[in-house]
Amino acid sequence: MKKNKTIWEALLQSRFTDIFISIVLGFIVGAVFLVIMNIPIGKAYGKLFSSITSLKGFSYVVVYAVPYIVVGLSVAFSFRTGVFNIGAEGQFVVGSMAAACTGILLPNIPKPVLIPLCFLAAMAAGAVWGIIVGILKTKRGINEVLSMIMFNWVAFYLSNFIAGRPGIKNDGSAEATKNISENARTLLSADFIKEHGLCNTANWGILVAIAMMVIVWFVIEKTTLGYQLKAVGFNKYAAEYAGINVNGNILTALAISGALSGLGGALQLMGMGGRISIFSSQEGFGFAGIVVALIGCSNPFGVLIAGLFYGALTYGGSKLNLVGTPTQLISVIIGTIVFFISISVIFSTLRNPVNRKNASNLRTPTSQTRKE
Amino acid sequence: MAKEHVDMNVPVIEMRNIVKKFGNFTANDGINLTVHKGEIHAILGENGAGKSTLMNQLYGLLKPTSGDIIVKGQKIDMDTPRDAIAAGIGMVHQHFMLVQPFTVTENIVLGTEPTKGISLDMETAKKNVVEISERYGLSIDPDAKIEDISVGMQQRVEILKALYRGAEILILDEPTSSLTPQEIVELIQIMHNLTADGKSIILITHKLKEIKESADFCTIIRMGKYIDTVDVSNVTEDDLASMMVGRKVSFSVDKPEQKPGKVILDIKDLHGIDYRGVEILKGLDLQVHAGEIVGIAGIDGNGQTEMVEIVTGLRKGTKGEVLVNGVDVFNKPPHFGFEHGVSSIPADRQKHGLVLDFSVEDNLILQNFNSEDYSSNGLLNREHISKHAADSVEKYDIRPAGCSALPAGSLSGGNQQKVIIAREVQNDKDLLIAVNPTRGLDVGAIEYVHKYIVDQRNKGKAVLLVSFELDEILGLSDIINVIFDGKIVKAIPGKEADENTLGLLMAGGKA
Amino acid sequence: MTNFINEFGIILYATLIYTPPLLYAALGSCFSEVSGVVNIGIEGMMTAGAFTGTCVAYFTGSPLIGFICAGLAGMLFGALHALATVKLGADQTIAGTAINMLGPGIVIMIARVLFDSTDTIPLTPDQKIPTLFKGVFDTTTVFGRFMDNVFATYASTYLVFIAVIIVWFLFYKTKFGLRLRACGEHPLACETLGVNVISMRFLCVCISGFLSGLGGACVTMATSNQFRPISIVGQGFIAIAAVIFGKFRPQGALVGCLLFGLCSGLKVILGGSSGINMHLISMIPYIVTIIVLVLFVGKSHVPAANGKPYIKSK
Repeated sequence: MKKNKTIWEALLQSRFTDIFISIVLGFIVGAVFLVIMNIPIGKAYGKLFSSITSLKGFSYVVVYAVPYIVVGLSVAFSFRTGVFNIGAEGQFVVGSMAAACTGILLPNIPKPVLIPLCFLAAMAAGAVWGIIVGILKTKRGINEVLSMIMFNWVAFYLSNFIAGRPGIKNDGSAEATKNISENARTLLSADFIKEHGLCNTANWGILVAIAMMVIVWFVIEKTTLGYQLKAVGFNKYAAEYAGINVNGNILTALAISGALSGLGGALQLMGMGGRISIFSSQEGFGFAGIVVALIGCSNPFGVLIAGLFYGALTYGGSKLNLVGTPTQLISVIIGTIVFFISISVIFSTLRNPVNRKNASNLRTPTSQTRKE
Repeated sequence: MAKEHVDMNVPVIEMRNIVKKFGNFTANDGINLTVHKGEIHAILGENGAGKSTLMNQLYGLLKPTSGDIIVKGQKIDMDTPRDAIAAGIGMVHQHFMLVQPFTVTENIVLGTEPTKGISLDMETAKKNVVEISERYGLSIDPDAKIEDISVGMQQRVEILKALYRGAEILILDEPTSSLTPQEIVELIQIMHNLTADGKSIILITHKLKEIKESADFCTIIRMGKYIDTVDVSNVTEDDLASMMVGRKVSFSVDKPEQKPGKVILDIKDLHGIDYRGVEILKGLDLQVHAGEIVGIAGIDGNGQTEMVEIVTGLRKGTKGEVLVNGVDVFNKPPHFGFEHGVSSIPADRQKHGLVLDFSVEDNLILQNFNSEDYSSNGLLNREHISKHAADSVEKYDIRPAGCSALPAGSLSGGNQQKVIIAREVQNDKDLLIAVNPTRGLDVGAIEYVHKYIVDQRNKGKAVLLVSFELDEILGLSDIINVIFDGKIVKAIPGKEADENTLGLLMAGGKA
Repeated sequence: MTNFINEFGIILYATLIYTPPLLYAALGSCFSEVSGVVNIGIEGMMTAGAFTGTCVAYFTGSPLIGFICAGLAGMLFGALHALATVKLGADQTIAGTAINMLGPGIVIMIARVLFDSTDTIPLTPDQKIPTLFKGVFDTTTVFGRFMDNVFATYASTYLVFIAVIIVWFLFYKTKFGLRLRACGEHPLACETLGVNVISMRFLCVCISGFLSGLGGACVTMATSNQFRPISIVGQGFIAIAAVIFGKFRPQGALVGCLLFGLCSGLKVILGGSSGINMHLISMIPYIVTIIVLVLFVGKSHVPAANGKPYIKSK
């Protein structure tokens, strides 16, 4: 290889380029569908991106993005430590419910205490949900993908059950919990929102998300904890041989990942909804988190950007109906992006055939850990 | 032998000017090979010289960049192994291509299964397999699962796979690498039976003695280039060695006389079970003193693997004592043994020795990341780690130079082993356990590894060497312990031992 | 006693309603996983089948054509997954995730366009998959009612149990099955014996899509009588769980799916009579699955090459 690479060449060879190409292809495929449906491309895509042209729209995007970012960090953390956290959905749900219960049952505690308390309750609930799966895996050898899928549904029905309990359930006719205490909300002040023309659920959750991004990055890259977690994740046999406690680290990884997803649930509740509905089907935040982690290459900063991107698409997508375009266009675009990311090894190989080995570093743990 | 009846003028295989490139790397650079009916033709070269690449092209697994392959006078495009099989070529790979949970019969017939209507006809399959195994004297159990049979039998299954498909030309890739001396004798007998029957054999190896014992001709390859083809009866082992390496090599390892010190490792009455729950260690006793190398000779499956796993804390034993410097590490976690003086070069470096996705520098601190040198208050001290790595890479000649930040997986096998050696030697523990430390390495790397093992001994460390390479055991050990059926059956001073005696003992005989 | 037979009949009835969609998809998953390709895109393939089957039946009036088209639609997404994972060496989990977004995304978008912004497609009774043995049993007797509950069921239900036997035979008694299993254990060994691993896996992933599509159609063309965007929520993942539960064997997957279906059946009975909270009862299938795993099943043998892309170097 040449020694003096220009910035352009370096950029061309990075993962960033693969992702970028995938995104472009995603929108091209979306456009093809628009043509088939006889919808003007400009009109649909114009509406999709109109959100980010105004401050109000952009504030919506950020609000939407917060849970995606935090759950995305949770999944990215699990990928980096060798687990495939397909259970983020369930952890999100129990976290959200734990925060709701705290926010409903302790309404009179002052804001600076109640908010951290809600966060902690959510993180603890998510962590417990992760640890149960970890114990089943380490003690009984039960495939974590299987038990996570089960626990996602247990969490879902548990949340619905709790939402219907006296004391939690809404006093009116709504099939939902009461609203959580104002002291548990993370909303910005009404005056501030008015003054700057932000959306009415504008909240400071994004700051928590950014803080989590920094913490995740720090733990993974800088600490001995992260070192151990990665060693166990990449090669548990070598880790065990070197004297690292394999089972303990698997539990830790699942607990941290679970706590993050739980926190995502709390942030969504405290920033946006304010209460939890009795749902008929899963909301899919966990699934969104997996997608965000993939688009963000499991890199904390990448996840932040990918989360914002995902938030922008979901928010913009919710407006597509106004121009006669099905909201599902978003799923098609994102699905296409993820599809091309999965085969992006090809792009790198086309650019530089020798690089094939390096290009394969985008791998989920499934390809490693399922061989027990 | 039937050799004189063979028309030597019609080669069964001709490979002409074969070139194979992978990207910018040229693995084969103009290689010629001519094999006649009924001969055993050896291909000699170091690990990485391009022997397997050449054979994979003959077998249709790789496509030559240029050059011709001619079988019995006809030029053939080997696109897939199907073409090779159709042309009468069979290959026994070094790493057996056997489906573990399948039976012997299922493995042999896979791809050419007899059927009755739409269903498999396993009765006929079994009958055919038994028949062919009896014809060539290759005894197997047709109903046993591969995961339950010995390495020797697995190899016979591999040979039968080729014969079952009517192979006239057999490629054997490093066939003796995991066999005992007695099994090697048997294999050579089988090879002669096959050539007497009109088959031709291409033998890939880097073992000179085997070539002298079995082959008629030998083609030598060095760093992808064709060197020469010689009549084996006209050359000596030394000639072959210098052609293979391109310089004179010394196979003996010099080590000064020294008196062993105190007992470092003391194993008493060790009992243990293997992964199936069968008792495999049946009261093993072993001592290793400071300043000596104790070699363990034995056929795989006699308990040496489990013994090492118990000593290093990876496996729990059922009974016994394992004292290291007087401290009992029996059934303690791996870290406990490490802290009390156990370091090891594991048999499977990619599985147990390294985290391949980690950089070289992270691999160098795998046991020590928690020590004061590399971290404080739970934070890694990157500066020290990089410094340590840069020093190690230079001192231990790990290549490419300055590779500390590269993933360990991107290094060659020999350099991966150097990373482990650098780490374990610098751990500076009283006991070093090395299991098959040179498996799959080329001559240069083997010399390197042996040097460091002997160095440890000379520094007064106790070294326990477990190896399936008898030459290695004979060359390095001060004392050789033969393990059979879960016990040490005999200890012989290294200088007095010879291959035949060891081979007999390893097979359970008395000597 | 009468009561018991009645209730038992109803439980079996419900079991036979819940099991078939899962079982089709689980059989599909077996093909893919055993040949060595992780397929978490089952869910997306089911949705594609559910929509296509319903849609075709709606326009043609033929449930048979609809059912077959459902399989073909699933197969199309199977082929897409195979293209990425088998031909191009993609990470199988990522590609499967993409399929799970693309499948529902594309079909619901088409539904919106075809059905004028509503995404629900209703079927009339004669567009649904027909019920066999209807009216054969005398429902005025206890025994007759029991027989009616158990045997007067959809043709697709009979078909799936036949399919289990066929798949079992295919896996363990034919050369195709021997090769298929070998591809998931040791692809290189197959290649050296002239078995084309790439084609084999491609075919298996396509078959897995086909069967998943049929499973999806079972939900919308038999169990219920309409397609809605949330017709398939989670069944694909449950099917995957059933396969892991069944140790990657079709007969094991059958047990897993029946256990799940039976618990769902119990749910119906308990929900009606016990006064226990519906949401708690709904957890039963999931919790029972975990408990059975912990107590009786434990670790499963995953095909050795499962999840690893097989890349030919040429």
